[in-house]
Amino acid sequence: MSATTAMAEPRRDLRMAATLSRRRQRRNFVIKVFCILATVVGLVVLASILFTLLRLGIGGLKVTVFTHMTKPSGEDGGLLNPIVGSLIQTGIGAAIGTPIGIMVGTYLAEYAAKSVLGNAVRFVSDVLLSAPSILIGLFIYQLFVNGHGYSGIAGALSLAVIVIPIVVRTTEDMLRLIPVALREAAVALGAPKWKAIVLICYRAALDGIATGVLLAVARVAGETAPLLFTSLGNGNWSLDLTKPMASLPLAIYKYAGSPADDWVQLAWVGAMLITFGVLALNIVARVALRPRR
Amino acid sequence: MSQIAVAAPSIRPRRTGGAFGDKVFAAFALAAGLLVLVLLGAIIVSLFIGGLPSFRAFGLGFLTDADWDPVQHIYGAAVPIFGTLVTSVLALAMAVPLAFGIAFYLTELAPPWVRRPIGTAIELLAAVPSIIYGMWGFFVIVPAMGDYIQPHVIDTLDGIPVLQDLFAGPPFGTGLFTASLILAVMVIPFIAATMRDVFLTVPAVYKESAYGVGCTTWEVMRSIVLPYTRTSVVGGVMLGLGRALGETMAVTFVIGNTNRITANLFGSGNTIASLVALEFGESETGSLKLSSLLALGFILFVISFIVLAISRLLLRPRVGGRT
Repeated sequence: MSATTAMAEPRRDLRMAATLSRRRQRRNFVIKVFCILATVVGLVVLASILFTLLRLGIGGLKVTVFTHMTKPSGEDGGLLNPIVGSLIQTGIGAAIGTPIGIMVGTYLAEYAAKSVLGNAVRFVSDVLLSAPSILIGLFIYQLFVNGHGYSGIAGALSLAVIVIPIVVRTTEDMLRLIPVALREAAVALGAPKWKAIVLICYRAALDGIATGVLLAVARVAGETAPLLFTSLGNGNWSLDLTKPMASLPLAIYKYAGSPADDWVQLAWVGAMLITFGVLALNIVARVALRPRR
Repeated sequence: MSQIAVAAPSIRPRRTGGAFGDKVFAAFALAAGLLVLVLLGAIIVSLFIGGLPSFRAFGLGFLTDADWDPVQHIYGAAVPIFGTLVTSVLALAMAVPLAFGIAFYLTELAPPWVRRPIGTAIELLAAVPSIIYGMWGFFVIVPAMGDYIQPHVIDTLDGIPVLQDLFAGPPFGTGLFTASLILAVMVIPFIAATMRDVFLTVPAVYKESAYGVGCTTWEVMRSIVLPYTRTSVVGGVMLGLGRALGETMAVTFVIGNTNRITANLFGSGNTIASLVALEFGESETGSLKLSSLLALGFILFVISFIVLAISRLLLRPRVGGRT
């Protein structure tokens, strides 16, 4: 190697390193900006939805929304029967789905943590968690509605099917967080396993399980597709579970697509109520879970 | 307390009582677990039985026939299957980069104090009911598309060979592209949340070593975090795809509901879920149309089951410590 090249090469390397470094830093900067923009897009969409709901919904918010039934366009109707119908169906759906979900979660966490059957149940439950809700509606239609007619209880059952996998997941996760020492302590005192689970584990996991139930309620309260084929909707006051029953999402769906201005206005009020209700439930659920994390 | 001490010798009957309670409780737990399996089986079987008359009438041609003609009782699934796949894939193409950007921002770039509130806000996007996305899409996005974006894009691309056919007029605002856009917004939180969770599982030592040899944040992401989390990231994307395939109410509002296959993404179409939701009320019990809708439901269930199953298998090893 001659002396000249030995002198020149490091200098060229330095210059190249500087260009390379600048290019790398530039690429890093561009991607960082893209990531921030992506996050901004997500936040803008949420803000746009909430703002649209407030802008179009708040003008129609009157006492009569809560005190009047749905009526033909132009007769100052309200949303009383859909609101009550939604509360009933969501309540029954959660009441049926929650105990089943908790038992499945218990089975997965306490009895079949690593067995083949347990893995299969966990897998199927996870698939059902994301399965299209419209198909749950078709399933309940085939099972209970076809031949018997639309009914509020069928709507509640379809919601219960959606509740189960959500509760399963949180229950299993929460039970797994409980230290084994707690269970051993209970068993050492002579408690049978079921008492250790019910009296010790459930109590320790209570806020987590409650979070799962809240999230499940929030999810099904806004479900529309499964109710289309099960409870159908009802323009009149009806608390009879064996008859078609009104619900808020179905009323919104019907009114939003109508040409009547007062109906569209009611749809926006309903949409606002349901969205802020659902988001409030979500936030409460998250706050309740916070200390555990 | 003293009573228990006295009764200590006769502890056996108390034990058998506990054993009996244990058996009952274990039986209930097992029954609940089996119920979940039965539920899945029942969904598949009931949809298949409902669709059987249609499968019998049209055979395998049901999958490839593009007609949906209630007057002549000819039903084919090709158009809704086409619409479902096109909107879902297009939605993923838009959602995945954005979701990745959000997850990257939340795990590596954002100052720690904003991570939780922004993360919660993105998760709340997933909690907004589907019908609300439908109304938002119909009253906000569709006018924006129809008045500004679509005319502009159509004019700009006019004359460019392939693109002018993909984005052609008239600009109604509804259609496959608008549906994909709404779907993308709806699946972003699911994909972003999964990506964020798996990015957080990367051991800090790996990242610190990379930073230590002078990597930029992006290089750490590309060479350390992404290779480490690759399978789970794909699993998260598949989860988003599974969500997009079966989304109903939002799509129903903006798809335009036309039964035709078109290369024009601005044109209207339908998806399996939107067709079932819109036509179900008009079909009589026992009719061939109802059976065809149930057959469509069966097809949708099979497609989404496969996608979600793949997603679960890919996500299993590393997320949340679920073994």
